[in-house]
Amino acid sequence: MEISQRRALERTAIEVRKDVVRMIGVARSGYVASSLSAVDILVFMYWRLLNIRPEEPRMYDRDRMVLSKGHACPALYAVLANRGFFDRKELWNFRRLGSMLQGHPETPRTPGIDAPGGSLGMGLGLSNGVALALRLDGVGSRVFCLLGDGELQEGAVWESAMQTANLGLGGVTAIVDLNGIQMDGKVVSIKKIEPVKEKFESFGWRSVHADGHDMEDLERAFSVALSDSIPSVILAETIPGKGFSMAEKGLIGSSRPLDREMMEQALRELESATKSFDGEEVR
Amino acid sequence: MRSTLDGFGEGLLELGRQRGDVVVLHADSGESARISPFADAFPERSFNFGISEQDMVMTAAGLSLTGKMPFACSFAAFLTTRAFDQIRTCLAIPCLGAVLVGTHSGLAAGEDGVSHQMNQDIALMRSLPNMSVMIPPDADSAFRMVFVASQHPGPVYLRLGGEQVPDIEGTKEAELRVGGGRLLREGDGVTICACGIMVHEALRAAEILSKQGISAEVIDCFSVKPLPSQLILASLRRTGCCVIAEEHNVIGGLCEAVAGLAAGENPVPMRYVAISDRYGQSGAPQELREYYGLTFREIVGAAAQIWSMRRR
Repeated sequence: MEISQRRALERTAIEVRKDVVRMIGVARSGYVASSLSAVDILVFMYWRLLNIRPEEPRMYDRDRMVLSKGHACPALYAVLANRGFFDRKELWNFRRLGSMLQGHPETPRTPGIDAPGGSLGMGLGLSNGVALALRLDGVGSRVFCLLGDGELQEGAVWESAMQTANLGLGGVTAIVDLNGIQMDGKVVSIKKIEPVKEKFESFGWRSVHADGHDMEDLERAFSVALSDSIPSVILAETIPGKGFSMAEKGLIGSSRPLDREMMEQALRELESATKSFDGEEVR
Repeated sequence: MRSTLDGFGEGLLELGRQRGDVVVLHADSGESARISPFADAFPERSFNFGISEQDMVMTAAGLSLTGKMPFACSFAAFLTTRAFDQIRTCLAIPCLGAVLVGTHSGLAAGEDGVSHQMNQDIALMRSLPNMSVMIPPDADSAFRMVFVASQHPGPVYLRLGGEQVPDIEGTKEAELRVGGGRLLREGDGVTICACGIMVHEALRAAEILSKQGISAEVIDCFSVKPLPSQLILASLRRTGCCVIAEEHNVIGGLCEAVAGLAAGENPVPMRYVAISDRYGQSGAPQELREYYGLTFREIVGAAAQIWSMRRR
């Protein structure tokens, strides 16, 4: 990846983070930490990886993205809006009555949302079904599924993980956002999920580690994951609330919305991150 | 004599011949759910998910999202309970076209006992917005409902039993649609609404009632949701009383559906012939239906009682 491309992606990620913070701030409701941890992964996918056409969101041979950790939909909505799937003004209606942007993903209500979600542990099974249909039709589109780490506590994930390999659905790539948190606190303190790598590998998957906030490392991981025909999982190490210090330090509970003061604080921090980019360019 | 399962298996094979987009998923129940003929003819479109109902339903939803017409089949007892969240989240909320096939419903699992019998499935499926519920009374109906359900834009729960039953006359020509019902016998003394295997008991009861001078009207409510409301209300206006018979718990099934309709439009005296909020046990299906009071005898008794209270 060229440095200019990397910088452009990073800059886009900051803009997306600002929108996530604004959405959740305006709605006074939504999951900040889990949304911010997934932003870089989604930005990389939507600007560098996926075969999609925002003006034709239901194009049959598009790549699919199933957001299994549905509570992180602010990140996906902000990505879709900034990528041109719908008007960015829609973001300010997030979670409001009648809004196109529901509290958890809904299809076909929202352009660019490929699968329903909200109840955890369902994305991988849905992805398998999509991949199976594409294979039956001889279409080579890929299916990506973004899961949370706490979500791996759901038994249904493992029914589906077993079946992805059993059906040889190499078109399925899972990404686990290892941000280490769930509703009530740290995943490790509630119900341990490790060793995740060994779990997936024993289910017939290839696993690849990645820094979920480093665009170059994500590019490397995706290229490894997509390099052969067995299903792959990218284990992306992330920081909950990435980009907003209070959330990174765990001072905002995973489900606690932002009040006005916190929102302004977050936007100031993200603004200064943008400025540091500008400064770099001047140099 | 054939079971609704037999009719379903034949219908599925024929549908597979006509439509290349039909994909059949089952949870280790290829033989018991009569999927084998389809699987033998179309192995590339038939998948045994093993003992994983949740995964099967999620995959069915993914197939439907991508333009396929999935049938997801398993024991009613496991499909509608174990995978309820998946049915709600992945199929019913987004209103995806798919057919959920619950086999061995009611007491049909017989000797396997209470864990395998299922008398709460109509209640569960009926409670979901966007979900339709269809229950064939005979093999011919089951054959045709495979086609009807596959053409419906939203999810359909198809409830099948295992008992051998005679084919009802005229089923091949009858109009079978989601939201429909069939007037099988006309009468003006009492309305009998029934579904599934209880349709046969209702017809037998009507025969006996006619000898006692009570003219019973029998409606096959094969679409429990949406109900054939106009057909039922027209009958209630003629008869002024109603017996409802189903092989299901008395809570949440056809009984309460018809009672709810009548309560709002034309409250008439009613009696239920259903399982009285109890669980089953091991036994032959026929024995169990007698033990739990699901035969023509209970329908005759209920009709005679209610007839004297009819309101016209």
